Amino acid sequence: MNQRDEGVLTIYERSKPGRRAAVLPDAEVPEPPLQELIPAKLLRTEPPRLPEVAEPEIVRHYNRLSRRNFDLDTGFYPLGSCTMKHNPRLNERVAALPGHARLHPAQDPRRAQGALELMWLLQESLAEICGLPHVSLQPSAGSHGELAGLLLTRAFHADRGEARTKVLAPDTSHGTNPASVTMAGYEIVKVATDERGGVEMDDLRAKVDDEVACLMLTNPNTLGLFDENIAEIAALIHEAGGTLYYDGANLNAVMGHSRPGDMGFDIVHVNLHKSFSQPHGGGGPGAGPIAVSQRIEPFLPRPQVVRRPKQGGEPPWREHHDLTNLRPEQGEASYVFDLDHDRPKSIGRLRGFQGNFGVFVRSYAYILSLGADGLAEASETAVLNANYLEARLAEGRAGKHLPVAFDRHCMHEFVLSGKPMKKDLGIATLDLAKRLLDFGFHPPTVYFPLLVDEALMVEPTETETKESLDAFAEAIDQILAEAEDDPEKAKQAPYTTPVRRLDEVKATRKPVVRQPLD
Amino acid sequence: MLAAIGVDSVAELFAQVPEPLRLDRPLALPEGMSEAEVYERLAELAARNADCEEQVCFLGAGMYDHYVPAIVDAITQRSEFLTPYTPYQPEISQGGLQAMFEFQTAMSELTALPVATAGLYEGPSSVASAAYLAIGATRGRRRFVVSRGVHPHSRETLETYAVGFGAEVEEAPLADGLTDAAALAAAVDDETAAVLLQSPNFLGSVEDVEALGAAAKRHGALLVVAVDPMTLGVLRPPGECGADIALGEGQPLGNRLDFGGPSFGFFCGAEELIRKLPGRIAGETDDVDGRRGFVLALQTREQHIRREKATHNICTAQALNALAATIHLAWLGREGYRELGELLLRRTAYARERLAAVPGVEPLHGAPVAREFALRLGAPVERVLERCAERGIAAGYPLGREYPEHEDGLLIAITERRTRAQIDDLAEALGAAIQAEAGDLVANSATKSPEGVR
Repeated sequence: MNQRDEGVLTIYERSKPGRRAAVLPDAEVPEPPLQELIPAKLLRTEPPRLPEVAEPEIVRHYNRLSRRNFDLDTGFYPLGSCTMKHNPRLNERVAALPGHARLHPAQDPRRAQGALELMWLLQESLAEICGLPHVSLQPSAGSHGELAGLLLTRAFHADRGEARTKVLAPDTSHGTNPASVTMAGYEIVKVATDERGGVEMDDLRAKVDDEVACLMLTNPNTLGLFDENIAEIAALIHEAGGTLYYDGANLNAVMGHSRPGDMGFDIVHVNLHKSFSQPHGGGGPGAGPIAVSQRIEPFLPRPQVVRRPKQGGEPPWREHHDLTNLRPEQGEASYVFDLDHDRPKSIGRLRGFQGNFGVFVRSYAYILSLGADGLAEASETAVLNANYLEARLAEGRAGKHLPVAFDRHCMHEFVLSGKPMKKDLGIATLDLAKRLLDFGFHPPTVYFPLLVDEALMVEPTETETKESLDAFAEAIDQILAEAEDDPEKAKQAPYTTPVRRLDEVKATRKPVVRQPLD
Repeated sequence: MLAAIGVDSVAELFAQVPEPLRLDRPLALPEGMSEAEVYERLAELAARNADCEEQVCFLGAGMYDHYVPAIVDAITQRSEFLTPYTPYQPEISQGGLQAMFEFQTAMSELTALPVATAGLYEGPSSVASAAYLAIGATRGRRRFVVSRGVHPHSRETLETYAVGFGAEVEEAPLADGLTDAAALAAAVDDETAAVLLQSPNFLGSVEDVEALGAAAKRHGALLVVAVDPMTLGVLRPPGECGADIALGEGQPLGNRLDFGGPSFGFFCGAEELIRKLPGRIAGETDDVDGRRGFVLALQTREQHIRREKATHNICTAQALNALAATIHLAWLGREGYRELGELLLRRTAYARERLAAVPGVEPLHGAPVAREFALRLGAPVERVLERCAERGIAAGYPLGREYPEHEDGLLIAITERRTRAQIDDLAEALGAAIQAEAGDLVANSATKSPEGVR
């Protein structure tokens, strides 16, 4: 039996009959028995057994829980492929303005012009950053954007009378890529990685044929390396009639420096909770807008946010919108914004209403704060920080026990291999990660990408100081020094956390996924 | 730092990007702004929206203007909940994991189904996710029967996804506001993977889920029911009506309207579906010292482990929004939650009767309703809405676009924020608007199209 100290009681275990927090308004209307309103057989007999707790105890309960979390505002969080950059509090403030937070999604577009203009401006901004002409903000997260991209690909081919069956992705790809491929009804075909960490060109050539619908690529890839052959890859896929999909999880490396559209990609998803500072919320919310090329545009999800001249008439499909001097009053004066449902070739809806608007507000505030130069500088600093930390970890013990998987300059993240550490010191990457918890750091992403043994994927982001990078490097060195003397120390870690290593096998074999109540 | 790296400039680090692919100009975006300027800019945009502080809102259609208690904001804005990511390191994520466990418990209680996940994106895509699950659970059947009472956004999303699943979707019609039981039964066959219902349905009607679900049971299809989480204190829960999966839009629980998101989708199922569920699930376990703790359970379903064999592609979902719901439900508590459900039922009954008594207004159907109901107006709906808007009332959701058979239909939603006085005001505004429109017609003056958007 496990111990149930005060810290780990659930809100249900704090429940006492008769206690409550909520005071509701009076009905103000006649109160007939419910059976007169709803047939008795459709009524509930026993109310759900929600907890009975007064407000002070609810506040204490969730404050106690919060203290059992590590978070980005407390310390370094170099979780690879997740871009754990600072979340400016201004963005929370503007998202909470009643004009945003209390705006009903079915409000008449004429009375939601500010919201639609904001969405249009974000679309245009992302189009410029991605180097692609059209954007849909609808997808709710990166993997939702991937599914959208694959359904767009299917619609694109169907429109040309083709039904292709395969989607290619490198063996380094995020797990969401193959999972999305299956959901979209395609077969995944893995492409090998070459000795420089890029796509193995011969393997790609061998696998490209007229059954290939799409190649999904992350660039820089999950090794943090830019694929130098991207132009040739794009040509190969396009010649074979396929589309090229860009997993934008790593866009933070190249903002204002290189654009997926210019690399030849047809469809890009952007994780607003990564590059564009939406707080990660313990696993969401995020948003995964997609930017697409001209040939994909007819198939974009419905509805689409559009800007029309107030005097009537349709704008030319893509006038270049220079956002550099756009003032709000200009938009108000000459244009109206609307939701366009009339899109006959559209793949349709991907979700309810218009998307995660609250996330759009935060990300647009972030883009305005940084501006063109600031975004480019953010990517520069992200790349600088990653290379600095990589260089620090190439020295001394880390250099010996945790070599970088591909020895070249990285972009915004890099991957180390714990294979020598495991062999020489007897501690695995998991042990190192758990020991890092005692040093007050969130560990890097571990055991991914799959092709690197005992992988550690490190993404420091641009919002970390040199001091925090140094402190992390020193902690790694200290853990390795300790392991040279006594590997058990790491193997039993952590020691200082609210709980220590947890039995994950038990949680899966005999799952307990809710509080039992009598 | 450059010296440590062994380069002379940051530009050298970008040398791996082939030159033709480097952007040789600044992005065509504005220059950066100060915090104060950004605030002003965003406040200007926000001011051009008619929000629920400016208008009295009778809009619903899945998202509702409920009161979100202050403690929800106070707790969800704490750094410790706001700024971590997915709890891959459970030792330092016990707060978030336990909150997920409590959320799952609450959703399981609401729906009366034994298993709940930590949540999906929102309501409509959760419906499509249930259909995807049903394919696997029925060994590859690829046909869905969906009631026309299911939210139009859910049906559209299901259609979008079904193309990828290689599945077909058949719609069962409504009759007097309720799913036509005979037509539904006739549409279900041995190739049907799932029967998808919603109660209360889009027109507000409380469906007899158990009776409708018999067709699914007969043919071995999954019964999937979308529910409104604010009604389950008073309405019979889907788990007692034979549902295999219950899901829905979570916004009414502790989440802002936010012009449609972020919110969350809840997803609950029968015990035997536990290894087929989509997304994160927190589970209870012990640590090496025997202390109670929580982890992400059953991760072998998920994309980061199983890749192309995963039960779903979802990764980042809506954890913070689910936390908001958990806090809101704790605040309501067992009694408050039931009382709120009763309040909604009674105010809705009052509003339906009051508005139906307005000349030129009649109920669109006679079925029982919980918190939303449909009316038929004797004047063009868009014109009536415009007149009400001029009086500061968002009078409801026009049904015409999504239900062309109800071109004259208006859907009206009630929350605990809509007072009796506001309902009476709406009655007066509707009456005046209809009368004015009738007067316009009599005077044979052409109906003016509203300024601006077509």
